[in-house]
Amino acid sequence: MKLIAHATRGAIGIAVISLLAGCATPPPKTLYSWENFTRLQYETLVPAETTPDEQINQLQLQAERAAAAGDALPPGFRAHLGMLYLSAGNTAEAGNLWRAEKVAFPESALYMDKLLNRLGAADTKQVKQ
Amino acid sequence: MALAIFLPACATPPTPYDYSAFKQARPASMLVLPPLNDSPEVNATAGVWAHAVRPLAEGGYYVFPIALVAETFRQNGLDNAADIQEVSPQKLHEFFGADAAVYIRVIDYGTTYKVISSDTRVAVEGRIIDLRSGQLLWQGQAAASSAEQQQNQGGLIGALVSAVIKQIGDTVTDAAFNYAAIADQRLLAAPQTNGVLTGPRSPHYQQTK
Repeated sequence: MKLIAHATRGAIGIAVISLLAGCATPPPKTLYSWENFTRLQYETLVPAETTPDEQINQLQLQAERAAAAGDALPPGFRAHLGMLYLSAGNTAEAGNLWRAEKVAFPESALYMDKLLNRLGAADTKQVKQ
Repeated sequence: MALAIFLPACATPPTPYDYSAFKQARPASMLVLPPLNDSPEVNATAGVWAHAVRPLAEGGYYVFPIALVAETFRQNGLDNAADIQEVSPQKLHEFFGADAAVYIRVIDYGTTYKVISSDTRVAVEGRIIDLRSGQLLWQGQAAASSAEQQQNQGGLIGALVSAVIKQIGDTVTDAAFNYAAIADQRLLAAPQTNGVLTGPRSPHYQQTK
């Protein structure tokens, strides 16, 4: 019935195609707690909108809220946060988070191991990050 | 009457997509590469890239963290989308351990000013390539535009559009960033007709709409 109401209102073109595409499935509950994660990743790519410290604070708060609500954090969340810690000079926390990404998402294991190896090498040589 | 045209389309989807390669490949993880940008807007690559993560993750895939991936490419001397999209599937697979990669091109991204009104539009096209075989698994295109604002839509995408309309009002770049969310959702969300198949972490794994 909703469809008829839409059609008689004269919805056309793309709107109709998307409407039809959506007609059999109600919006599902999301698998992950996203909050501002998309925006923050964007702001890491487009520099100078937020500092790593501001991002770390926002993402830590999001992680706490998700834990309290029993919601899952998105793929890449821990890995991204680890990168921010590294850029803030905290290699230990970067390593912890990359290991946590691997535990939460074993699909990331090969990549996380590469990053952890590089982090270990940098750590022992005291190289600039 | 319009109704007669619209209603049957709901029951009979358009020509079914050939999913045989996709179904056989069963990818679990997706490496989204930085999108090529045909628009004059410099932030288009970042905007479309950032928004591509969520629909694929909610569709049941592990999606590699894009900003960290960008940093990894940079450390390996690759810092533009065209060069990165030229890297061979085998190398990407060996380095990241990703099953598949998502290659996106931004066709439109930004606001066009006209005499009376302005229109913000984002248009994208995407391909998913299996990194183990180099085979094309899926391709599609999608767009979102502020010209759709007055039209009422249902479901997930309708809700997204309403949310975006409430957010808009900042800068032009932000408007395009918000429409990129809708365009990417339309391009990559699963399950939808002729869309990307769901991944192993989706409760609807291996279903098409």
